Amino acid sequence: MKQSGNILFSGVGGQGILLASELTAYAQLAAGYDVKKSEVHGMAQRGGSVEAHLRYGERVYSPLIDPGCADILVAFEILEAVRYLPYLHKDSAVVVNTQKILPPAVALGKMTYPADILSELTSRNINVVAIDAFAIAEQVGELKTVNVAMVGAMSNFLAVDPAVFDSVIDNTIKEPFREVNKKAFEAGRAAVYAK
Amino acid sequence: METQVARLGLMLSSGTLLPAKERAKEVEVVFESEKKLWLSGNEAIALGAWEAGITVASGYPGTPSTEIMGNFNTYDGVYAEWAPNEKVGLEVAIGASFTGARALATMKHVGLNVAADPLFTSAYTGVRGGLVILTADDPEMHSSQNEQDNRNYAFAAKMPMLEPSDPAEAKSMIGRAIALSEELDTPVLFRITTRIAHVKGVVEKGEQVEVPQTSIEKVPAKLVMLPGNARVRRKYVEERMAKAREIAETLPENHIEPGTGKRGFIAAGTSYNYVKEAFPEAPVLKLGMVWPLPEKMIREFADTVEELIIVEELDPFLENHIKAMGIDCHGQDIIPTQGELNSFIVKKAVAPESIPELFEPLELPMRPPNMCAGCPHRGLFYGLSKMKNVFVSGDIGCYTLGFLPPLSAMDACVCMGASITMAHGMAKALGKESEGRLVSVLGDSTFLHSGITGLLNTVYNSSYATTIILDNRITAMTGHQNNPASGKSISGEPANQIDFEQLCTALGVKRVVVVNPNDVNATRKVLKEEIESPEPSVIISRAPCILLPEEIKRKKPVYYTRLDNCTGCTACVQMGCPAISWHPITPAEAVEKGYREKQKGYAEITEVQCNGCGQCAAVCKFEAITKREEN
Ligand SMILES: Cc1ncc(C[n+]2csc(CCOP(=O)(O)OP(=O)(O)O)c2C)c(N)n1
Repeated sequence: MKQSGNILFSGVGGQGILLASELTAYAQLAAGYDVKKSEVHGMAQRGGSVEAHLRYGERVYSPLIDPGCADILVAFEILEAVRYLPYLHKDSAVVVNTQKILPPAVALGKMTYPADILSELTSRNINVVAIDAFAIAEQVGELKTVNVAMVGAMSNFLAVDPAVFDSVIDNTIKEPFREVNKKAFEAGRAAVYAK
Repeated sequence: METQVARLGLMLSSGTLLPAKERAKEVEVVFESEKKLWLSGNEAIALGAWEAGITVASGYPGTPSTEIMGNFNTYDGVYAEWAPNEKVGLEVAIGASFTGARALATMKHVGLNVAADPLFTSAYTGVRGGLVILTADDPEMHSSQNEQDNRNYAFAAKMPMLEPSDPAEAKSMIGRAIALSEELDTPVLFRITTRIAHVKGVVEKGEQVEVPQTSIEKVPAKLVMLPGNARVRRKYVEERMAKAREIAETLPENHIEPGTGKRGFIAAGTSYNYVKEAFPEAPVLKLGMVWPLPEKMIREFADTVEELIIVEELDPFLENHIKAMGIDCHGQDIIPTQGELNSFIVKKAVAPESIPELFEPLELPMRPPNMCAGCPHRGLFYGLSKMKNVFVSGDIGCYTLGFLPPLSAMDACVCMGASITMAHGMAKALGKESEGRLVSVLGDSTFLHSGITGLLNTVYNSSYATTIILDNRITAMTGHQNNPASGKSISGEPANQIDFEQLCTALGVKRVVVVNPNDVNATRKVLKEEIESPEPSVIISRAPCILLPEEIKRKKPVYYTRLDNCTGCTACVQMGCPAISWHPITPAEAVEKGYREKQKGYAEITEVQCNGCGQCAAVCKFEAITKREEN
C-alpha cells in the first residue's frame, strides 16, 4: 500500500467536485490514513474554475499539493485537466471527463476552444484515462452522478478496497440517491477497464 | 458535446449530501473509539467555541470566515446572529462579554477595518466573559479586494493574537483564547487564513465546559472609557501585555520541535505546515501565539541553529519583531511577501537546488466567475453597459462581476459602501461637468452594511448622483446569508424586513423609484431619467436572487432560440449570460442554414441552463428568443 499520495480535483463550479473530493477523503480516512483537503470557495463558485486538493498519508501537514506532485488528477472538464499540467509529474495518472464546457471568452466568440488539447498531456507521456462520465450518469439514470462516476474511475488508481466506497456512499449520501450513486461508482470504475 | 454542455445546469449535486451534523456523526463510526471528526477549520472553530462555553456570537459574512457563524448557530444553548456590519458584530460581542458571557465576533480581514474602532478601545476596557475576535485573512486574494495581514492589528491594538495551523488546532486554540482572555482581562484576536478556514482535517471532539453565569454589574472605572478612566486602563494594557509576554514563554502552543541540520525555522499558522513538509528533519520553533512573542524562547532557539529562517505569509511581521530583538535571520530576503506560500515555494526559497523540473503551464482561455444565468443584476448592468458616458461607481458583491466583459459596466470599486461616497466626491470635484454622468451601484447587504451613512451625506451635502440598490433580498456573494432585507434571521425565522423606500425617504431622498431589472427596457428608461435628474435619486432594482431556495423551486418559463430567426446580431450574446453561446459559421455554412452569406454566426440558448428571467428575449429585435409554452 502506498504510504502517501496527492489527489487533485479540478473542474467548473457546479460540477460536484467538492462532493467527489469529500467521498474520496472519507474513503481514505476509512482506510486508516491521515487526510487533509483544501478547497477554494467564494468567487470560484460562480461558474469559475474550481479545485480541491486532497492529501493522505501517515501524517499530513500541508493541505496543498505542490506543483509537480499530483499523483492523480481527477478533471471534470478537458480544459480544466490541461490547465493543471504544472501540478503533474511523469508518473501521474489523469482521469478526465470528456466534457467540454465553454469558458466565457469562447461562448462570446472571442476565443476558440483548443482542439485536441488532451494531446498536450499524452505527448508528455502522461497516463490519461478519458471517460464519458456524462454518458455513464445518463445510463444509470441520474445526471447528478457524474461526479461519483468520476470517483469510481479514479478509484482504480487507489489502494482502497472498492467496498469502502460503498460504505462511504451509505454513510454520506441521502436516500433515495444511494443506489444510483453506487451504480454510477461501479460503472465509472468499470469504464477504465473497458479502455 | 453540445448536449453535455447543455446539461451542466442539472449537475448541482450538493442537495444530495447529508447535513454536516449527520455526516459528522457517521464519520465517528469510521474512527469508532476515538471520537474523531472530519471538519473544516470553520466547522472546528464553531465546535471549539461551543466547547469553550461561548454562548453569544455575532458577525458579518465574509470569505473565508462565513461558515463559522452558520455552524455555531446549530449548537444547543447558544445565540448567533448576522449583524449588518462588523463594527456592530464586535460591539454586540463586547456587550455580551460585559455580562460575563463568553462571546465571539467573526469577520474577514477587511471586516476588522470596519470594526477597528471598538477593537482598539476594547483593549482598554478588557472583558468580563472571555471574548474572541476572529479575523480570517485571505492571502492570494481568492475572494478579497486586498491582502492585508491582520497580525499588524494585534501589535497596533495591543492585544494577544493566536494563530492555528490546522482544523484540529483551530478547535483547541479557541479554548485557549477564552482562557487567556479571562486570565489577562483582554479580548483575544484569533487569526485564521483561507488554508485554515477551508481546509478539512481530523478533529478530536471534546466536552463542553461549564458555561459561566451572566449578570449586570456596574464597573464604570473599567467600562466607561473617558480620558480619566482610559489613562488608568492604558497603564493596565501595558502591564497586561508584559504578563502576556511571560505567559507566551510557557504556553504549550509555542514550542520547539528539535531536529537536525544547520537550519532552524520559526513559523506559525499554515506556514508551519509548509516548513514541516519541505524540511521534515529541521528544528522548528512553532508559534501558536503570534503576539506578543516569547522573546526568551526565540533567543534560545536562535542560539541553537546556525541559520535562522522565518517563514511567514504576507508581511514580515515575525521577522521584523525578531530582528528588532537584535537576532539575525532570513525572511523576506528569500520568502515571497505576496500571495500564499506552499511547501514548494519554501523549498525553492531555501534550497533551490532540490527543486524538480516542472511541466510549463499552457496558455488557455481563462475561466473567471460569472453572474449566474437568470441573475437579476445582469438586467441592470446591461442597461448601464449601454450608457458609455456614465461613470459607474461600484461596490462589492456578486454584482461586481458586472465589471467583466461583455458588460464591462463598473468603473471603480474600493470597499463596501464606497460606491455612494466616491460618486459624491466625484460630483463635488467635477462640478457641473458631472451632471447626468454619475451613478453608484451597490447590493442590499452592502447598502445596509455601510451605504446608509453615505446616502445621508449625499442628500445632506446636496449632491445629485443616482444611487442604485440591487435588492435581491440576500447576501448572495458569500453564499446566501440572510440580512435585514431578507425578512429572516440567521436561523430562517421571520424577522423584520427593512423597507428601503421608507428608509431612503427618511434620509431625505425625494426621488425613489423601484424597477424590476428583468424588465430590461423599463430599467433602461428609468436609468436614463434618474441619472439625468439634477437631484439625488435612488433606484431600487428589485428581484430575488435566482439561487434562493424558493426561486429554485418556483416553476419558471424556459426560453429557446428560434434559430431560423437569428440574424447573428449578438445583442443577446452581449448580456454575457452563461446559458447563451455564440456559434461562429463560415459563409458556406451560413448559406446552408438559410442565413445571409455574410452572417458570421448564430446565438443559441442552452435550455437546461436557462432560469427564465426573459432578459435576452427583451433585447432580441428579431423574435428569435421565445418562451417555451409547455413550461
Ligand atoms: C468589510 C467587508 N466585509 C465583508 C466583505 C465580504 N463581502 C463581499 S460582498 C459581500 C456581500 C454582498 O451582498 P450584497 O451587497 O447583498 O450583494 P449580492 O452579492 O447579494 O449581489 C460581502 C459580505 C467585504 N468585502 N468587506
